Amino acid sequence: MSLSRAASLSPQGTLLSEVIPPSSWQKKQQNPPLPTGNRSRCPEQDVSICLLVALLQRILHAPAPGMDQESGAASAGSFISLNEHEQRYYSGLHSLCQADTSGQLSSGKVAELFKASQLPPEALHKVTEVCGAKRLGYFGTPQFYVALKLLAAAQSGLPIHLESVTANLPLPRFLGLKNEPEMRYSAVPPSIDSQGAQGGTAPGSLSWTPADRSAFRHLEANAEKKELWSPPRSPCGSPSRSPLTYRSYPYTKQRNGADSQIAYESKHSSQLEQHSSPSNYRTKATVEHPAMARASSSERLDQQGVVDYSDDDPWRITEEQLEYYTNQFKSLQPDLGALILGAIAKNFFTKSKLPIPELSHIWELSDVDRDGALTFSEFCTAFHLIVARKNGYPLPESLPPTLQPGFMQQEEDIPDTPESAEPLIVFEDTELRPNRLDRTIIERLQPSLATTKQDLKEESCKQDVGVKRVTTSQEKQTLQRAFPERPEPPHDLDPQMRTKTRPRSYSSTSFEDAMKKAEEPPTPPPRPQKTHSRASSLDLNKLFQQGAPGVKGGWLPPPPALPPRPTTSQEESSVKPEEQGLRSRFGRSTEDLTNASKQDMIGVSHSQAPQKPVRRKYHPESQNLEAVPPPAMPFAPPAKPAQKLLSGQKRGIQMAIRKNKETNAVLTRLNSELQQQLKVVHQERVTLESQLELLRPVAST
Amino acid sequence: MAVCIAVIAKENYPLYIRSVPTQNELKFHYTVHTSLDVVEEKISAVGKSLGDQRELYLGLLYPTEDYKMFRKLHNSFTDVMCNPFHNPGDPIQSKAFDGIVSGMMVQTG
Repeated sequence: MSLSRAASLSPQGTLLSEVIPPSSWQKKQQNPPLPTGNRSRCPEQDVSICLLVALLQRILHAPAPGMDQESGAASAGSFISLNEHEQRYYSGLHSLCQADTSGQLSSGKVAELFKASQLPPEALHKVTEVCGAKRLGYFGTPQFYVALKLLAAAQSGLPIHLESVTANLPLPRFLGLKNEPEMRYSAVPPSIDSQGAQGGTAPGSLSWTPADRSAFRHLEANAEKKELWSPPRSPCGSPSRSPLTYRSYPYTKQRNGADSQIAYESKHSSQLEQHSSPSNYRTKATVEHPAMARASSSERLDQQGVVDYSDDDPWRITEEQLEYYTNQFKSLQPDLGALILGAIAKNFFTKSKLPIPELSHIWELSDVDRDGALTFSEFCTAFHLIVARKNGYPLPESLPPTLQPGFMQQEEDIPDTPESAEPLIVFEDTELRPNRLDRTIIERLQPSLATTKQDLKEESCKQDVGVKRVTTSQEKQTLQRAFPERPEPPHDLDPQMRTKTRPRSYSSTSFEDAMKKAEEPPTPPPRPQKTHSRASSLDLNKLFQQGAPGVKGGWLPPPPALPPRPTTSQEESSVKPEEQGLRSRFGRSTEDLTNASKQDMIGVSHSQAPQKPVRRKYHPESQNLEAVPPPAMPFAPPAKPAQKLLSGQKRGIQMAIRKNKETNAVLTRLNSELQQQLKVVHQERVTLESQLELLRPVAST
Repeated sequence: MAVCIAVIAKENYPLYIRSVPTQNELKFHYTVHTSLDVVEEKISAVGKSLGDQRELYLGLLYPTEDYKMFRKLHNSFTDVMCNPFHNPGDPIQSKAFDGIVSGMMVQTG
């Protein structure tokens, strides 16, 4: 016992290692006829079986010899590996049925017992046959044990076969038997077995390998058994019994299958047992949780209670379990009154390695306020359901009353935050929460709802959900946090999508759009216009095409605007001095040289304008040019780009670029020509001045 | 009561479909699919009022007894969606949802 206890207390790894040695012993005990399939399932399972056997070793000292003797007589299942609980249970039942001092059991009492198992008569007959009692004509101890095992198997849905005996079965449930030992014993195995049965029923969806589960079960069973046997058991036994049976009934109603029904009953009892022994839970927790691969540290596990069979019923949470849940909750969300978000809870519960559909169902059951987040009590409920499920209890269709938040709240030792949290969170309506929750849950989850009341509730639930979102308590804050977070991801996605689509759309729609986008920052649109208007590129082109003289001639169009320009240019102080001087000179020279074709002058001056500006002068010229009506062309291009900015942006820019280049070329040539003219004019000036000077002295003298 | 209830995903495949298994079940499925066209038409028309999705749906439904039905369905659908273990796009496997849908279907026998 001590060894086994120590084993259970240690983490799973150690447990397994300790278990390994007895494997040989186990193999010896197991009958060869047992299908190898069982053994070959997985090394873990073997190990767990070994552990079982190790435990049984101590327990089964007495019966072992007896069993061995008759093992030959009994068919295949000669020595069934009975765990501690089973052993006690069976021995208890054995004593119950024993009519006389001989090894045989009173068949009448056995029959009663069988009937109490609530199995159909055919099954009972089969059990009798398989266990060998039929052959023998009486129920010897081994037969009785085998029969009990078979009953348990049948109750958990396994076929009545000798092979089933080797499975880790829950204890057979017998209604009406109020044996304390029964109750206790029935605790562990049912969970295990039902777990197996469950696994059988839902093979596809389970993510575990059956071996893992059975291994887990074994470990759990062992741990539980050990713990159950601790002294505290007895006091809890009696009070738990009544709720056990009581709970088993409503619970069974919920179940559909008879198997599950029975399993539930057995689970109830088993849970009851385990529930009754807090210390057991603690140690159990240590074993189970590592098995469940939860993130909790083993230390914490040791300290805290395990959850497994939470209630007396499987569906009641014990103190230890509650404590454990609380610590787990705190690990996820330090504030007990706050919510655990759905995503966080999902990650956490996924660690339990339950299949996703089951987790989904558990979530549906536990998130009573349908807010996508778990309050403390919801979390406890969910955790509890998970633990129960891991121990093989099938999931209920609706939330058991003991697990409902209101109920839990009443139970909780951690009153403050959860209690305060509860009402705040479950905003359903102003009515009493528990009642409402019950109704809501029941009505929601049961198929038969179509009442207006339900509609009302749902509506109010929805409203409450909406209200919750608006509420102000700390939970509300968390709720708000939760809600914004949840809707946020989709919202976040949307903007992201939108931003993503934007570039996509740009690239996909048209280059024009991209151009448009590109153009916006630098504001090129005006420039093309200017350039367009300036070139006057067209004008310059024209001018240029006509050659040097032609250039001058080409300046004809603008002439009218010319005269004012020089003066204005002279007046302009902003004009660059050189340019201005030049222009003025040119202007004067043009005036002086009016003899030459005025056009030329005008052209020159005109050319000045274009030459100068780097840009500025161009502006006046361009403006003048623009003012001049003739070139509709220059106007057209500027107008066009402006108008077609949206559509012809690209073309406009390209054209503008071309025009600019052309303008540059033309201007360069103009510049050179003007420079030449400047030289010529300079020379003339020089000659004139010299003449003047010559004339002056003559005049003076 | 309904003879056929279907939840169609965004990609036009059914997340959940259940009909009273009388006959012409396929016909129901076709009807559901064609009704999508009606929905789409309405959606495109109301593109501007994106916030009024709910009204859109309410408007689509005959405001008689189906109103309640849709609301119930929608509520249970949101509950399913709220479940963090539910991947959007997966077929709906929620028992609670099934229960509610069954409750809404025509009860035969």
